[in-house]
Amino acid sequence: MAEDKKTNRRDFIFTASYALGAVGVGAVAWPLIDQMNPDASVKALASTEVDISGVERGQSITVLWRGKPVFIRRRTDDEIAKAKEVDLKELKHPEKDEDRAKNPEWLVMLGVCTHLGCVPLGDKGEYGGWFCPCHGSHYDTSGRIRKGPAPTNLEVPKYEFVNSNTIKIG
Amino acid sequence: MSDHEFTPKSKFGKWFNDRLPLLTLRNHLTEYPTPKNLNYWWTFGAILTFCLIAQIITGVILAMHYVANSGLAFESVEHIMRDVNYGWLIRYFHANGSSMFFLAVYIHIFRSLYYGSHKSPRELIWVIGMIIYFLMMMTAFMGYVLPWGQMSFWAATVITNLFSAVPFIGDSITNWLWGGFAVGSPTLTRFYALHYLFPFLILGLVILHIWALHIPGNNNPIGIDLKHSSKDKVPFHPYIVIKDLYALLIFLIIFAFFVFYSPNLLGHPDNYIEANPMVTPNHIVPEWYLLPFYAILRSIPDKLFGVIAMFGSIFVLVILPWLDTSKVRSAIFRPLYKQFYWFLVADVLILGYVGAMPAEGLYLLVARIATAYYFLHFLVILPVLGAKEKTLDVPLSLTEPILGGSPNESVIKKREEI
Amino acid sequence: MKNIFKSILFFTIFLIYGFNSIAAEQSHKLLEPSWSFKGFFGKFDRAQLQRGYQVYTEVCSACHSIKYLSYRNLSQPGGPEFSDQQAKIIASQFEVIDGPNSEGEMFTRPARLSDKFVGPYANEQAATAANGGAYPPDMSVLVKARQGGANYIYSVLMGYEDPPSEINLDDGVYYNKYMPGNKIKMAKPLSAGVVEYTDGTNASEEQMAKDAVAFLAWAAEPHLEARHKIGFKAIIYLFIITVLVYFSMKKLWSRIESKV
Repeated sequence: MAEDKKTNRRDFIFTASYALGAVGVGAVAWPLIDQMNPDASVKALASTEVDISGVERGQSITVLWRGKPVFIRRRTDDEIAKAKEVDLKELKHPEKDEDRAKNPEWLVMLGVCTHLGCVPLGDKGEYGGWFCPCHGSHYDTSGRIRKGPAPTNLEVPKYEFVNSNTIKIG
Repeated sequence: MSDHEFTPKSKFGKWFNDRLPLLTLRNHLTEYPTPKNLNYWWTFGAILTFCLIAQIITGVILAMHYVANSGLAFESVEHIMRDVNYGWLIRYFHANGSSMFFLAVYIHIFRSLYYGSHKSPRELIWVIGMIIYFLMMMTAFMGYVLPWGQMSFWAATVITNLFSAVPFIGDSITNWLWGGFAVGSPTLTRFYALHYLFPFLILGLVILHIWALHIPGNNNPIGIDLKHSSKDKVPFHPYIVIKDLYALLIFLIIFAFFVFYSPNLLGHPDNYIEANPMVTPNHIVPEWYLLPFYAILRSIPDKLFGVIAMFGSIFVLVILPWLDTSKVRSAIFRPLYKQFYWFLVADVLILGYVGAMPAEGLYLLVARIATAYYFLHFLVILPVLGAKEKTLDVPLSLTEPILGGSPNESVIKKREEI
Repeated sequence: MKNIFKSILFFTIFLIYGFNSIAAEQSHKLLEPSWSFKGFFGKFDRAQLQRGYQVYTEVCSACHSIKYLSYRNLSQPGGPEFSDQQAKIIASQFEVIDGPNSEGEMFTRPARLSDKFVGPYANEQAATAANGGAYPPDMSVLVKARQGGANYIYSVLMGYEDPPSEINLDDGVYYNKYMPGNKIKMAKPLSAGVVEYTDGTNASEEQMAKDAVAFLAWAAEPHLEARHKIGFKAIIYLFIITVLVYFSMKKLWSRIESKV
């Protein structure tokens, strides 16, 4: 009886079984991995609408978005001017103020220090903006890092004005 | 066995294997000599291993989303079903997987009973198996409590209340189990912790179960002893691996029909009602795989003796190798035992059926008769058969009947059945 | 071959067992209308689900909550499939309690897509007290929580009759042919024309009952269509690979079967 196993080993039926089996394993693995991705209820909260009608000039509010604090500040003309005056060459992370605040009156940014994630304190620090007490990072009136260990400016999330009273973040 | 003669091919392999002989283990499992006359009832060991791993994987995933608090549990399960990506699939797989796990274990156990796999020298494999079975039942019972539906709550109440039957310390035991004065959130959280733990104990016992099996080697349909070096054996890989895979795929087709087209058929609608300590469901029933024991429990009018009977019914299974005294293994050569075997199967199915019915009238009478017969089978019929049964002649090798040297016509007929 | 028959036999016994395991006591055989979502290829009818949602909102939601549904589910695939805009408008018609605000007070605001359906009562006790001591059950999984499922709920809706002469009913208790025990504390909720369908369908009692039950069936199983679809693919795949593995097995074993 033929015992030439070496040639038989590459029989089509085995190859087809292995190939189809691999497909099956992949199809089974995907749900097991995808279930850890954000679920529908979390994704529904991926964007938040904020009513800003009560915010006066020079006032800040903090809202929760995707589990993190977001600073919304209605800046005074003084703060806007100071932000625009800054020479980009002085900045660790150069960004123009108009790129960070399309509507210069409104500054929207994540209240998460880019160093190690603490929440910076408003109206503090040497640059008229925010100061992070954890390791001494100072941010200016545009939320840009000016002094201290933080590497980048406070992050500006995707947002838009739904109407003059409402900002949708995310 | 040539386990000690194996040397790995690569240098790294040799270095690793000298320190932790995993490659020797792999070689052993690959070459493990398996009887070549095994029929499909022998594939359920592999199917069970698959079920255990699948339940562990889907269970750990569910645990990422489930909340074990009486106020949030039901809602967290609905969250899994509605919001978690493929949550409905993983949940239905796990719930129906439990039923499939028990279906497989019953087939596996009944295969042992028929072919005498519980007999010497395999008694310990059987006993370890019975411990695994008992842990499976505890795991399933606790798992069923977790969704915190009406059946979850009331099944937990009924079964934990059984312990109050213990004289003197019964109430202390139940309060200790509950963590309170009734089933509640503390009960739920501890059941969750233990439900997560037990499958890993089962996994360890399964390894011991297989290890103990590999010492004498597998039993086979005609129940004769085969040496490890016998020509009647084939290497486990690839011959048995592929047979197990084929059987597993058939099993998965049946599993898929349940998961995708009737996911709630084997469950109880009342478990979609949130647990309510003020309202008892009309008929408290456990899941189908626990019904025979439920029937035995309810057939005894006295609470304590009902509990003793229920645990006793598991105990007689544990000591089976010492009750079934016949020297012949396989029922193929035991015509009388074979009859009584099928009576036992019918008896267990009847017990399961009446277990789902109200414990009154004709159902109760049938349950009592079936319970009595169950104990009669193990405690009386088996030992008597062992002593008195005239068994058929057992062939001396697998090939003997084929080569025409068979002394017994009935052996040739039996061979057709293999 | 014998083994295949044996396994089919066991499977059938197992299935019948599963069916009968649940002690079903129905005083009468349930009504069995045809449902678009039953069967291996069952799907929901979008228009029916939208009408059913209308019946739920205008009739049932006065007493029954449906707390595990979220407004965003209304625009998800596999359901009534309202547009995102329509679902947002629907949500905004309901008031949700939120808070505490920075003053420490709770406040109300219009619902958003991410909110769960607002129920008629603050809690179960309020619902029970307002309904003569009978709590109107939450409807999120009601179809799965009753023996007979969709057929049962439909039958109860259609099963109001005059009681037989021997039976005396207290105030607020009604006779229903399909309710176990025949007594129900819910007055007949549907009568022809009680809802005016926005799509112009004639709002007969049967139509509203069917539409409402279909809506509830979706609410209980929002992923039914995905389940059927994936199931079909999975089972076809399993059949194919089983056949391939079977022939692989035969080929492998043929190498040794020849040397007996």
